[in-house]
Amino acid sequence: MSSAAIDHAHDHDHHHGPAKGISRWLFTTNHKDIGTLYLWFSFAMFLLGGTFALVIRAELFQPGLQFVEPNFFNQMTTMHGLVMVFGAVMPAFVGLANWMIPLMIGAPDMALPRMNNWSFWILPFAFTLMVSTLFMEGGGPNFGWTFYAPLSTTYAPDSVTYFIFAVHIMGASSIMGAINVIATILNMRAPGMTLMKMPLFVWTWLITAYLLIAVMPVLAGVVTMMLFDIHFGTSFFNAAGGGDPVLFQHLFWFFGHPEVYIMILPAFGIVSAIIPTFARKRLFGYDSMVYATASIAFLSFIVWAHHMFTVGMPLAGQLFFMYATMLIAVPTGVKVFNWVATMFRGAMTFETPMLFAIAFVVLFTIGGFTGVMLAITPADFQYHDTYFVVAHFHYVLVPGAVFSLMAAAYYWLPKWTGYMYDETLGKLHFWMSFVGVNLLFFPQHFLGLAGMPRRIPDYALQFANFNWISSVGAFLFGFSQLILLLVVIKCIRGGKKATAQVWEGAQGLEWTVPSPAPYHTFETPPDPSLIKAQ
Amino acid sequence: MASESSHSVYYVPEQTKYPFFASIGLFFMVFGLGSLLNDMSAGDSLAVSTWIALAGFLLLAFIIFQWFATVIRENHAGLNNDQLKRSYVWGMAWFIFSEVMFFAAFFGALFYIRTLAVPWLGGEGEKGLAGEVLWPEFQAAWPLVVNPDPTLFTNPHEGLNVKEWSVSFFAGYLPFWNTVILITSSVTLHYAHVALKAENRKRLIQWMFVTVALGILFLALQALEYVEAYGHYGITLDSGIYGSTFFLLTGFHGFHVTLGTFILIVMLLRCLKGHFKPNDHFGFEAAAWYWHFVDVVWVGLFIFVYLL
Repeated sequence: MSSAAIDHAHDHDHHHGPAKGISRWLFTTNHKDIGTLYLWFSFAMFLLGGTFALVIRAELFQPGLQFVEPNFFNQMTTMHGLVMVFGAVMPAFVGLANWMIPLMIGAPDMALPRMNNWSFWILPFAFTLMVSTLFMEGGGPNFGWTFYAPLSTTYAPDSVTYFIFAVHIMGASSIMGAINVIATILNMRAPGMTLMKMPLFVWTWLITAYLLIAVMPVLAGVVTMMLFDIHFGTSFFNAAGGGDPVLFQHLFWFFGHPEVYIMILPAFGIVSAIIPTFARKRLFGYDSMVYATASIAFLSFIVWAHHMFTVGMPLAGQLFFMYATMLIAVPTGVKVFNWVATMFRGAMTFETPMLFAIAFVVLFTIGGFTGVMLAITPADFQYHDTYFVVAHFHYVLVPGAVFSLMAAAYYWLPKWTGYMYDETLGKLHFWMSFVGVNLLFFPQHFLGLAGMPRRIPDYALQFANFNWISSVGAFLFGFSQLILLLVVIKCIRGGKKATAQVWEGAQGLEWTVPSPAPYHTFETPPDPSLIKAQ
Repeated sequence: MASESSHSVYYVPEQTKYPFFASIGLFFMVFGLGSLLNDMSAGDSLAVSTWIALAGFLLLAFIIFQWFATVIRENHAGLNNDQLKRSYVWGMAWFIFSEVMFFAAFFGALFYIRTLAVPWLGGEGEKGLAGEVLWPEFQAAWPLVVNPDPTLFTNPHEGLNVKEWSVSFFAGYLPFWNTVILITSSVTLHYAHVALKAENRKRLIQWMFVTVALGILFLALQALEYVEAYGHYGITLDSGIYGSTFFLLTGFHGFHVTLGTFILIVMLLRCLKGHFKPNDHFGFEAAAWYWHFVDVVWVGLFIFVYLL
């Protein structure tokens, strides 16, 4: 490299802050800007998907048909799931990865900054395409977020074609994002940042990124086969031509089960960062946390058919998938044990991030337990397709994944904005969310055990009481999220100045840079003595 | 360059217009394609949707061209340090892995159909009950030339599989020759790479020509095979699961060969322009990796779609 070129590069590196106006956001290559875009996008999708959920809960407030037609109800359940999974939870974790991974490993930016911008900007277009199907003739997708064939092929509305292409391009976005995360973590670590010194959030994201590149292409493959069945007369999911609708379910859940871990592993990383900070102790069992994460990721590839016990499967298959699924409880138990052991005899304080993190540990564990119940094949025959399943996966996704995201937002907001958030409002947000989410989902266990089926706009009278409680909880939880919006806006506009350290017990490189974090950080690698074992 | 000093100049471009406009192009391309397919199924006019898809594709292609050109220019200007180059290596490697998983889904579907779904439809084992009730006449076989319901899915005339394991059969068996062609092309590409590293430009360009020619020959023979399949064998997309899996697997492979050949042509042009140096030619290596990957997929296809 010529010296003139080096000077040129230096000129490029040492300027100035962000560009002015809208072009900053459209054309940015800065990992912090892109992280911010991801986080705002996911919050917008969270409110949109939440609105869909409130349509569902409003309809279910009483038995009988009140507000919406059954077909529109089905579109709401479908869109709620798709928007929350692909639009809210996944992009929120990618946003955190963008913001925090380079700061945590002492890198100047993500490894492939231009591609990083592309991964983000595909998403608004993909969701425009997907949500616009609601306004198309024949309505939007109405076959559930799992889009089982033949509901999504033979009996699908015409808009399914746009749904398929939307999934294709958001899958491309996820794959590019995952490649970027892997290249960043493996190639951009500061000298001294060995793999086993990385914060667990970085570890969990590295493993999540591998899950993403392994299964998003399978999702692309299965929607492609749907497209061919719909438009080119193939018979992959049609037994009359020698295919099998169950094949769809196998392929979908081969993607779908790792997908649910994609939505929870980074949450484990967040909680593993927050609990030590507020317990003022090092994380208990760092190594075992890394191995447990890797084990969960490996097991996620060999348990997919536990979603399909009732579809008809040879006995050997049922037994295999039952035992393999139960095995996941072991590494997950290691994690819960470690979090509790970290808190044991710690000097604990209960700021908002810690409240969300502790609630995560308790409520995610409840969701985990119902997961073990569902893994028992003969019992699953009873639970399958009931509200018990809805309660189970919402417990792991809402007070699980979503609570971890809120914990992360409160934990790192001072680092992002340079100001402390309003602790009183934060605690109010936590307690309203905590009460709301339990009112919303806990009664659904009882509804499911009593036999109420999911994805039905009407129900028998004996389910009325638990349903109205659940709906009240839904509106409480939903509207509480506006407090988060308020807190974030207030925090951006000002407040008590945050120090670089922010939290007394916080460890890691991100707390060595000023708050707010400068536009460019670690253009030269940090002092290796700052890098400590976790 | 020492790793410490190289870290300090990891090149992060300040801004970029490419991805945002590429997203617009991608959006119109897929929106147009979706509309095109829906118009086809509804029997409507295809004009508008075709233009939208084409406009989106052209915008996307134009931007990707500019994007690559910029990256190449930056590399020639010496902005890319060793660490940045390693990012490209990691990126390409894991992109190929994602492609492997894309094909894995299709191979998985093929294995499931052949070993489970079709035998169950034929009444095998406990799971055979539904097949016995729905289509009692149906016999499981592979290649499947009599579908469970031939009124919905017209039967093909015969399969494309190996009829006898003899030299004389393989001598006239087109997929066998396609295998030979593709494996040979991987070898010639390797020699091109060796020539590049030895700074033998003439050899490099010769071997690249041969590789591209073999790629095009493969595609031509594959097109010929498709014509045969449709005309002579009656194997079509809508002739039941045998045709469905056959065209899905070979079709997506053929699409990847087309893309790979296009990439190799670009690499050939870049060789002619003298873009590559013996110690700095990852663009070439990435293309070669992609080509070898496509070759390996074909070997899998030849074994599981044609031979067995």
